[in-house]
Amino acid sequence: MQVLDASFAALADPTRRAILARLALGEATVTELAEPFEMTQPAISQHLKVLQDAGLIICRIDGTRRPRRLARAGIEAMDQWLAVLRKALDKNYNRLDDVLAAMKPETPRNRKKEKGETR
Amino acid sequence: MSKLTLTTEGDTHIIVTRHFDAPPQAVYRAHTEPAIIQKWMLGPDGWTMPVCINEAKPGGKIRFEWTNGKGGGFHLTGEYLELEPYSRIVHVERMFLPDPTPDNHVETRFDADGTGTLMTMRMTLPDAQTRAAMLSTGMERGMEASYARLEKTI
Repeated sequence: MQVLDASFAALADPTRRAILARLALGEATVTELAEPFEMTQPAISQHLKVLQDAGLIICRIDGTRRPRRLARAGIEAMDQWLAVLRKALDKNYNRLDDVLAAMKPETPRNRKKEKGETR
Repeated sequence: MSKLTLTTEGDTHIIVTRHFDAPPQAVYRAHTEPAIIQKWMLGPDGWTMPVCINEAKPGGKIRFEWTNGKGGGFHLTGEYLELEPYSRIVHVERMFLPDPTPDNHVETRFDADGTGTLMTMRMTLPDAQTRAAMLSTGMERGMEASYARLEKTI
């Protein structure tokens, strides 16, 4: 569970999630990662260290460059994050279900319920 | 069992689909009438939308302001581009967190689906980087509660 905890702590920070999302598009160096965040390279490096310690990203050595890419756990972490987004968005829409159910139909209700489906 | 799907497409799109047990006309109204919007587009429990300006006509303005009642809040502005009652809405929007996020171009379709409606929202962000930021931070505000819950269940 240690690794899972570390992976979740790593995901709790929006900058780190953004870094993972960026790396989902392909390998990138610290300079490339720092650019959109208005953060210093040391600050980004600190986030990268957290991600690396959590096993979410991998560092490759290429001469003087140190490009980072997503590890398998990082890809899974992003999937997990998308699931969180889905769940949160659905909160609004579950509320909308209730609002729609309470809205007065413009025409008399005479439609038959085809699906006996309940949530 | 969630009926919602959230997927990415290409480098710059986010696609959200959701089925509703109500006809397209009702779902469309729920997306365009301020008094109805204020009842559901709220994010986590405890948040409200005290300001809801929604001029549902081409060129019409959108302004939503949310608050958690404890000093926390943020807002969104946008403009309508096209409206086809009760099947399609095209608008642009940006969130202020507090700096404005890049424009999100959103096409929302309401298609009859059995006795209900299939809503398909297709968001287009200016570039891959912006989409990555949107998925990781911009959409986060509505998600803190769920995140906290998920954290507890692991």
